[in-house]
Amino acid sequence: MLIHVIINGEKKKLHCQPDDMLLYVLRDAGYKSVKCGCDTTNCGLCTVWLDDVPVLSCSVPAARCNNRSVTTLEGVQDEVDIIGRFLVEEGGEQCGFCSPGLIMNVIAMKKEFRANGNLHPTDDEIKHFLAGNLCRCTGYMSQMRAIRKYVETEVN
Amino acid sequence: MRYVNRPMNKVDGMPLVKGKPLYTNDLAPKDCLIVLALRSPHAYARIKSIDTTSAKLVKGVECILTYKDVPHTKFTRAGQSFPEPSPYDTLILDEYVRYVGDEVALVAASNEKAARQALRLIKVEYEVLKPLLNFKEAIDNEVIVHNEDDYIPARFCKSDHKRNIEGYGSDSHGDVDAEFAASDIIVDETYEIKSQEQSMMETFRTYTYLDHNDRLVVVTSTQVPFHVRRQLARALEIPQSRIRVIKPRIGGGFGAKQSVISEYYPAIITLKTGKPAKMIYSRKETFTCSDTRHQMSIRVRIGAEKNGHIRAIEVNTLSNQGAYGEHGTTTIGLSGHKSISLYNQANAFRFNWTTVYTNTTPAGAFRGYGATQGIFAVESAVNELAKRLNMDSSILREMNMVRFGEIMPAYYGEPLTSCALDRCIVRGKEMIEWDRKFPRVWISDTKVRAVGMALGMQGSCISKVDVASAEIRLNDSGFYTLKIGATDMGTGCDTILTQIAAETLLAEMDKFIIAQVDTDISPYDTGSYASSTTYVTGMAVYNASNDLKNKIIYEGARMIDPEKYGDREAPFNPKKFFFTGDKVIEAATNKFVTIDEIAIHNSAGIEGNYLNGTGFYSGQTSPPPLMAGFAEIELDLETGKYDLIDYAAVVDCGTVVNPNLARVQTEGGIGQGIGLAMYEDVQYTSKGKMMTDSFMQYKIPARTDFKQIRVDFESSYEPSGPYGAKSIGEIVINTPAPAIADALRNAVGINMHELPMTPEKVLKAIMEKQAEEEHN
Repeated sequence: MLIHVIINGEKKKLHCQPDDMLLYVLRDAGYKSVKCGCDTTNCGLCTVWLDDVPVLSCSVPAARCNNRSVTTLEGVQDEVDIIGRFLVEEGGEQCGFCSPGLIMNVIAMKKEFRANGNLHPTDDEIKHFLAGNLCRCTGYMSQMRAIRKYVETEVN
Repeated sequence: MRYVNRPMNKVDGMPLVKGKPLYTNDLAPKDCLIVLALRSPHAYARIKSIDTTSAKLVKGVECILTYKDVPHTKFTRAGQSFPEPSPYDTLILDEYVRYVGDEVALVAASNEKAARQALRLIKVEYEVLKPLLNFKEAIDNEVIVHNEDDYIPARFCKSDHKRNIEGYGSDSHGDVDAEFAASDIIVDETYEIKSQEQSMMETFRTYTYLDHNDRLVVVTSTQVPFHVRRQLARALEIPQSRIRVIKPRIGGGFGAKQSVISEYYPAIITLKTGKPAKMIYSRKETFTCSDTRHQMSIRVRIGAEKNGHIRAIEVNTLSNQGAYGEHGTTTIGLSGHKSISLYNQANAFRFNWTTVYTNTTPAGAFRGYGATQGIFAVESAVNELAKRLNMDSSILREMNMVRFGEIMPAYYGEPLTSCALDRCIVRGKEMIEWDRKFPRVWISDTKVRAVGMALGMQGSCISKVDVASAEIRLNDSGFYTLKIGATDMGTGCDTILTQIAAETLLAEMDKFIIAQVDTDISPYDTGSYASSTTYVTGMAVYNASNDLKNKIIYEGARMIDPEKYGDREAPFNPKKFFFTGDKVIEAATNKFVTIDEIAIHNSAGIEGNYLNGTGFYSGQTSPPPLMAGFAEIELDLETGKYDLIDYAAVVDCGTVVNPNLARVQTEGGIGQGIGLAMYEDVQYTSKGKMMTDSFMQYKIPARTDFKQIRVDFESSYEPSGPYGAKSIGEIVINTPAPAIADALRNAVGINMHELPMTPEKVLKAIMEKQAEEEHN
């Protein structure tokens, strides 16, 4: 089947089967930042935004994205420059494999907190929002240091 | 120092976080055949027949292989230096399958759906055999896991595979029995450490193709490119010279990728079909069909005097190797050598070990490599000794622990040439406020807070085995290309090795290109494991940089004064010149040439010279990093539930080459150690099928599980290491399990014998203790 999807602001026509998951359709279309870590919706590596809401693309049928908009890390590179720099300065990227999914969720988190008027979320609020993003390298501490700085950063 | 001991950002950091296509599966060509394996549903069986007729009819299927189609040379999947200590007990596909998940057949198709359909259509008739699942019943069991005649046993130790013994051995020093006889108190405890999954985020993956010269190119997520090349050559029965292994960015390894796992299958498909092929392991395959940490049962006896002086330590380790022998005889060695050695004041020690086969998922390398298991057992026994002597365990340790300058009989007789362990303990006690909190602080009638501690050690390489070579060349302008064979798997070794080169050549970090590992181009290196990269490859880079620096000075001198220094055959004293990184200056005259001038003159001038520095290093000794870890828990006595509210760790890794990356290594290793201690638990059904084969069943720590991990460093200076550095990669996983067990002991007096220490087990131990107290 053919689906019409706006990916990172660009109109795309993609071929897929009804049982194809968004993760694989995106990767086949060249959006390689989207990673698979588990295939059982436990690790958060495949996080993208569907209509600006973070979803796990390994469990979203691509067919459901017809006439909707999808954002991957490739589409938010300016924002990635900011959060990415904090991560790298803390060594919080390590192997980097979980970074794209984490960053997609971190950016969404900041937007959501700000939209709700929460300019200074607590560590617990941050951890709970990001609980589904696993990382095996870092023990999370360096990522927390970086994310805290990013969350407090004013962006114009 | 300008570049060493500085918190440099990782050189590949920004491209990684920006999601660039840098990993194996991002780079694989679109037209790769997709390779999938049919896997055994039985823990032990012989394949009576395989019918692939209908599977081959599926549209898109290009190739199906069974054990009849593959070479019959046995090999090991363990990525170790030749000759590998591990037995050669594996074939690409075998008539016998020895655990649930063992490969039965390979399918290659133009797309994944066709490959999956073909898998379902392969008809296999099995002669199901009774499996051996309990490693404590392995020796002389009627079931023999490896009964084949072409089995090549483990090297450097005794073995008896017909009795399911992969290897056994012993080591001792002093009169152990006399020391025990003279002891006032003997602690005798047995500890059970379960297997653990490395759970790196990027699963195993490889793609292969034939190049313009019909050579096999293998792009793979590995820690050991040179071992991959050699082992593939053996398994495929082709010369090593026909294979090229390339390592792109890696999404974590933790030892899992020190075994050759996914490489064989696409490689043989490419050789058979001539087409590119790739194999991406699912998470389930990664859990069930690769190597876990070795499950071990460790009995520790410690004999001591009433005043706390330890007279003798005896360690007996039994290790569950699973179905194939990767890293079996070597991991088990560390369970004694890197635990007993912490207590070097003991007069005698004995270490006996046996590793056995079972029909479970094979075990292999995982950060800590046996030391983790041994340190949990020995540290728990030492803490138990402190409790029985009514002593502060930190004081008991200070009395008995290894000291600077000593020879360590249990550590291969090597000397301790750098040591800040005493300062690590002092600093750690300050951080956790030990003196105020030890042993416990009551929060309420049913809630108690308690602290616990443990020491840890590891090595900085496998001494007299690990080697590294490095090359560094000056290009046609003042920048350098650094070639190494060690693999950065996320740890940041590309960065710290560049720091070492920058420090030596006095050039900015961005003047260095660090070449990706490619066995056609990179110099030989045993690989990134055994905590060896900073120490061994670091020294090779240091040596190569110094070699190049000398060459630059000589060529600079020739350019400054051709009359005096022009004859390349005539030696002169290079100390007449300074090298500042930017310039070579003649001290007497202040005449100079710039590095750019030297670079262009030598690369492109008719009187040029190839300025390439080479360096080699082999670890003659393996200087141990040392650390102290401190846990604080809050325990609910009614439920057994406890929270780890703080973890403080202080590490002596010699000179800290990069404080940021060392800190993250430490935090991450502690995180994995906490998982091992508290909840990571590989479980099997009664028929031998692994139940914990996804992140749904197998819990690794999530962000919400950690409250606080605090890290500090107490530097020593290791004279044999690059700028005084030792290792940090593995040691950091070793202290959480015994320190958390100690906190539980200090909270309520229980002695936890089995990992993971789940609330159920804690509550059971509390109830048993209460019952015992009431009985008395």
